[in-house]
Amino acid sequence: MTHNILVWIETFKGKAVAVSYECLGEARQLAAGGTVTAAVFGENAAAIANEAITFGADKAIVCEDATLADYRAEPYIALLAKVATDLKPDVILAGASTRGRDVSSGLAVELEVGAIADCIAIEPQAGQLVATRPVYAGKLLSQVVAKTMPVIITTRARAFPMPEAMPGKTGEVTTVAPVLSEDQIATKAIDFVVEGEGEVSLNDAHIIVSGGRGVGGPEGFTPIVELAKTLGAAVGASRAAVDAGWIQYTYQVGQTGKTVAPDLYIACGISGAIQHQAGMRTAKVIVAINKNPEEPIFKLARYGVVGDLFQIVPALNEEFKKRLGK
Amino acid sequence: MNIVVCIKQVPDSAATLKVEEPSNVSWGDALLIINPWDEYAIEEAIRLKEKFGGKVTVLTVGTEQSKEALKQAVAMGCDEAHLISDPAFVGSDALAMTYILAQAIKQLGEVDLVAFGKQAIDSDTGLVPAGVARRLGWPLLSYIAKIDEIDPAGKSLKVTRLLEQGRQSVSSKLPVVITAVKEINEPRYPSFMNIRKAGKLQIPVLDAAAIGADVSKLGATQAATQWLKVFPPPARTGTVEMISGDSPQAIAVTLADKLLAEKVI
Ligand SMILES: Cc1cc2nc3c(=O)[nH]c(=O)nc-3n(C[C@H](O)[C@H](O)[C@H](O)COP(=O)(O)OP(=O)(O)OC[C@H]3O[C@@H](n4cnc5c(N)ncnc54)[C@H](O)[C@@H]3O)c2cc1C
Ligand SMILES: Nc1ncnc2c1ncn2[C@@H]1O[C@H](COP(=O)(O)O)[C@@H](O)[C@H]1O
Repeated sequence: MTHNILVWIETFKGKAVAVSYECLGEARQLAAGGTVTAAVFGENAAAIANEAITFGADKAIVCEDATLADYRAEPYIALLAKVATDLKPDVILAGASTRGRDVSSGLAVELEVGAIADCIAIEPQAGQLVATRPVYAGKLLSQVVAKTMPVIITTRARAFPMPEAMPGKTGEVTTVAPVLSEDQIATKAIDFVVEGEGEVSLNDAHIIVSGGRGVGGPEGFTPIVELAKTLGAAVGASRAAVDAGWIQYTYQVGQTGKTVAPDLYIACGISGAIQHQAGMRTAKVIVAINKNPEEPIFKLARYGVVGDLFQIVPALNEEFKKRLGK
Repeated sequence: MNIVVCIKQVPDSAATLKVEEPSNVSWGDALLIINPWDEYAIEEAIRLKEKFGGKVTVLTVGTEQSKEALKQAVAMGCDEAHLISDPAFVGSDALAMTYILAQAIKQLGEVDLVAFGKQAIDSDTGLVPAGVARRLGWPLLSYIAKIDEIDPAGKSLKVTRLLEQGRQSVSSKLPVVITAVKEINEPRYPSFMNIRKAGKLQIPVLDAAAIGADVSKLGATQAATQWLKVFPPPARTGTVEMISGDSPQAIAVTLADKLLAEKVI
């Protein structure tokens, strides 16, 4: 079955976010001969639209109006609703990021259609799309169908592969006018303080080195950060470490922190409570470094080391420095 | 300020879940709690009331059992509670929930601010707040880590939102819909006085008619999305391989070999 698919390309400071291109890759698969249209708004939209076409879109719709320069829910939802009404896609895809969740939900109400959040798989089955998503903090998976057309689906970061870019691929780029004028928008974006600049972000990380209560204090994160640097990894933390004030909340992995899906998750001094697992259980390979062999983290791990993290982690760092030529 | 908080009653995150074919999830007699994210919304609402006066009304869409969650919210310091309940609501999805909640909020007179948690820990959708904001036609300020300024008389506020890339500072007019993240505050424990108050409280129940909801839009058959099947995730393949060695260095060598062979580095 062919599908015409509209993909919202989320941007930040004039660049597309990775999960949007993962959506394009999935859209390409699901389209099965149908058309994939990328919608790009804001700063640098035209250039991003061309890039989106190389990542799999057939065509793109852009708006660079000043009202859309910084993401705001109201003008973005209003314009996407207009684009969707004109285009009549079967499926609308977006990343299940903070912005993606807001946009998908506002759009669902605007169009009175179903939205399915945070999917990790989408399959055509008997003429409909069946989306699989984690529920109850990942303890269960749910298969969901929508009875409306279009259906809005958001995808979890790194659940779908990043497509290969096809340099030189071109497609039609159309410009649309914004729906709301500045005086119709109640929110004003004042400024944005980027955090963790130069660090690998937890959301996109291929590798995460994470520390828990076992690190014993703020300085206990030093070996964790050093190993992360060597591996090009992001740093994560358990809630116990965050609540103790040893590291900022933005690093927290778990049910009340971030949900991550790296290829490798190295848990250091983390017991593996169910709420921590909720955020990291879909990592491909999990390594547990912990003093106590009885901890639940060893039930989840592919490799386990029973020992003192202050000995194991620096030794691992030295070893990888050698292997990776750093 | 007239503040509304929407809360959901959910099974404790440590509950053991059972799936009854095809898509019913049960948790036996596991503890039911206020969705943890919603406690931050409650706390923030109470702090605003303490600072500026007014009242906090807490709402939940659920069953008779959900009154317990409302009582707990009153025990924390909310003033009023309403249970929104009707057999016609059973089987509603997120889209329908936004309609029910928006209808209920419209019955509460002039409201300055509606606070939500960022996500419910059972269905994990995070869709409801933005949808309610659209239905009310109010701005949405989601993922708030801090209310920096609020001027109830001038009907404006300024907040810090916590997004993937960092912190966004945004201002808006009131009324507004907000969702709270953990950084915003530390939820309080119920006080003895308020526990007594909650114990005696008669909680009014609002049905579809009371909130002016069109039931032809609601219920399982009308839901825009439907759960086909629920199942446990595939078990992680293989068991843990314990790496040991004579020294941390020896362990590091073996582990590095394994991880490079897995091609994850
Ligand atoms: C509603 C709710 C939401 C929650 N959300 C989250 C969440 O999002 N994320 C989260 O992480 N937790 C969350 N929690 C908390 C969770 O239940 C656990 O309390 C928390 O994950 C424990 O963190 P930890 O593993 O670092 O600490 P602990 O459980 O105390 O484990 C510390 C571990 O370190 C080991 N250790 C100590 N010293 C060393 C050493 N020198 N070398 C090696 N190992 C050592 C110990 O053996 C132990 O296993 C939540 C809880 C609730 C109720
Ligand atoms: N049944 C409900 N009754 C009242 N509020 C709800 C209900 N379901 C969800 N909410 C609110 O919406 C937020 C997000 O929930 P959800 O979109 O279901 O993940 C929750 O944190 C609550 O604040």
